[in-house]
Amino acid sequence: MSKERIKISEDLYDIMPSDYQDLVKSATYGKEDRGWKDIGTSKELIEQHSLCAGCPESMAFRYILASLPNPEDTVMVGSTGCTSLVFPMVAVHNIHSLFGNQNAIASGLKRALSVRFPGRIKDVVVLAGDGATVDIGLDMTLQAWFRQEKFTTICFDNELYANTGGQESGLMQKGFVAKMAPVGKLFDKVRLPEIARESGCHYVVNCTVSKPSLVEKVIRNAVHVAREIGPTYLQLYTPCILEIGKNSMEGLQEMRDSEKPNERFAYKEYVSEPAKQLLAELAAKDKERKASAKQLAGQASA
Amino acid sequence: MASAHSVIGTQNKKGQTFTDTWKMLYEAPRTPSFFTGSEVIKEALRRASCDVMIAYPITPQSEAAALIGELFAEGYIGDYFRGESEFAVMSQCAGAAFGGARVFTTTAGPGTMRAMENFPMWAGARLPIQMIVTCRGINSPLSIQPDTLEIAYLLNTGMLVWHAETAQDFYDWILKGYMVSEEPDVHLPLALCCDGFFVTHTKDVVNLTPADMCLPPYDPYRSPVPCMDMECPPVRMMRDPFVMKSNYISYATHASWQQEIWAAIERSRKHSIHWLNGLIDTENTDAEILIVASGTAVSQGREAIRLLEEEGVRCGLVKVKTLRPWPEEEIREATKNAKHIFVPEFNVTGWLAKEIKATIPNHERVHAGPRVCGGMTMPPEIIVNEIKTTIGLKKSFVMAGRGS
Repeated sequence: MSKERIKISEDLYDIMPSDYQDLVKSATYGKEDRGWKDIGTSKELIEQHSLCAGCPESMAFRYILASLPNPEDTVMVGSTGCTSLVFPMVAVHNIHSLFGNQNAIASGLKRALSVRFPGRIKDVVVLAGDGATVDIGLDMTLQAWFRQEKFTTICFDNELYANTGGQESGLMQKGFVAKMAPVGKLFDKVRLPEIARESGCHYVVNCTVSKPSLVEKVIRNAVHVAREIGPTYLQLYTPCILEIGKNSMEGLQEMRDSEKPNERFAYKEYVSEPAKQLLAELAAKDKERKASAKQLAGQASA
Repeated sequence: MASAHSVIGTQNKKGQTFTDTWKMLYEAPRTPSFFTGSEVIKEALRRASCDVMIAYPITPQSEAAALIGELFAEGYIGDYFRGESEFAVMSQCAGAAFGGARVFTTTAGPGTMRAMENFPMWAGARLPIQMIVTCRGINSPLSIQPDTLEIAYLLNTGMLVWHAETAQDFYDWILKGYMVSEEPDVHLPLALCCDGFFVTHTKDVVNLTPADMCLPPYDPYRSPVPCMDMECPPVRMMRDPFVMKSNYISYATHASWQQEIWAAIERSRKHSIHWLNGLIDTENTDAEILIVASGTAVSQGREAIRLLEEEGVRCGLVKVKTLRPWPEEEIREATKNAKHIFVPEFNVTGWLAKEIKATIPNHERVHAGPRVCGGMTMPPEIIVNEIKTTIGLKKSFVMAGRGS
């Protein structure tokens, strides 16, 4: 999509919603070095959302949408859950269809876009909760990876079914007492990052969303690797403060506590050899671009 | 993107000419060919300008699904792969259709049931996917034999549902189906059903359109809902996710959306009449005895009528071609003279007879049978016997092993 496409006819400008006017004026579609630092200085691709006050998922959404390298040609696929309350306020085409089928939808979508737009970049990004990714949709999650489908899968891991009221999920910690786990969960947290690596993902990261710069980096890497090489997987801890008995202000600290060394969200990544090579090339290009921009700026001020 | 009309007369990468569908189907020369139903599906797809086909093995559609893979290998289909289950396949079809592709798939029996959650979603998302259903028994006990029970489950999904009698129907309706499904005022998925084995695995003479002509491509920008390809503004269609909230606006939105799907089925009526030459076919509806049927039961009914004529009993025929849209007015009109209406079916519940009873006045005229199921065949003789005993005549045939 060219940014021209979102321009408003002058005659209709004043009747368009103000958030749409803002999108045209100051959203970062097409900005090459867009990232989390644009938050606060440009129109975000997410409008008000209806998540709980202080929900880390809402932070994750903002960072991810600010960091997508190519939002003007990105289609997102969601699933049922808290995330499905947010997607209607996202200014990127997105699909909700059923609970758990997100990676199947994305497989068909990516292939259709490849058939219809040969030679053009059309990124597909899945964003779903842990129930959708690991429980009801695990089959389709894994099969998309086996088939080497070229899209990114992001799992918002809050270690339970939040939207239905805090039931046990496969990514819940062992021993946690929850609805449907009345004596505590009896088996370990499913090791999906390791399974992702063994299933053919070329870039896998397990982390929290406490640091926006880190979220930006892993999102960009995951989307670029998926575009050029094959499936990528991000498992991001977005704790459900409501269901784990925390207050609105405590989400960030919960993430910081959980990412300490030896904790379950200590930063962990796996990068395949072809992905390493690609990321090194992209980093070199980025460096070159920044250097020449600096040089130009220097010339201009001289 | 070029619109469908602007490419007519140009060639695709296989050298086929994009041809006006009416001209291709009604004016171009036809070549009689002796094919199985599965091969006929392949030949129709060769000419359908299909972007994405997704396959999964289940008898009796596996052969057709694999043959379309050969078409992909030859370059006639944009993309093709085997999914991991029918549930996944129907979601993959949805993804491809959301992305603006013309999509095709095939399934049968337990596969239809496993995929069921997808079908109301397809209709609700207004995805004009075409799904061939080669009907077979639904477990349990395990059966792979012909049985049309699964159609009963499809009738309330919001999909268009057509029931083909012969391989020729199948060939023409696959191509016509896209024309109806993709109309902007319809834009709904189509379940194109046939009776498995009877149509898929038997050979028949089918008149094919020229292989160097194909349908105009699908134009996703004629859709009544935005295509999810980031080629049009990603306007927030909902300022609030109101369908998830418990308030009047959310209920009203959901209600009107559902009503719109069924209104779209109604609007498909005029297009279906145009392309199928009516929603029903009739013969001798002035007779006091009528057989009303769909699918292979029509063929068996036709043969029963011939046998009855030999005995001096006159009987008319109504072939129901579309189940959704349901030909309510047509069936009322066609049955107005009938004193006895027989509805032979290949399923245990008699869903077609129930639909007809709910449609016509004086529905005690409807005899919901004969019915066979679980893979049993329906010799025309049992239709003859059912009709004769009902009207007070002696049976003509002794049916071994059928408790007669």
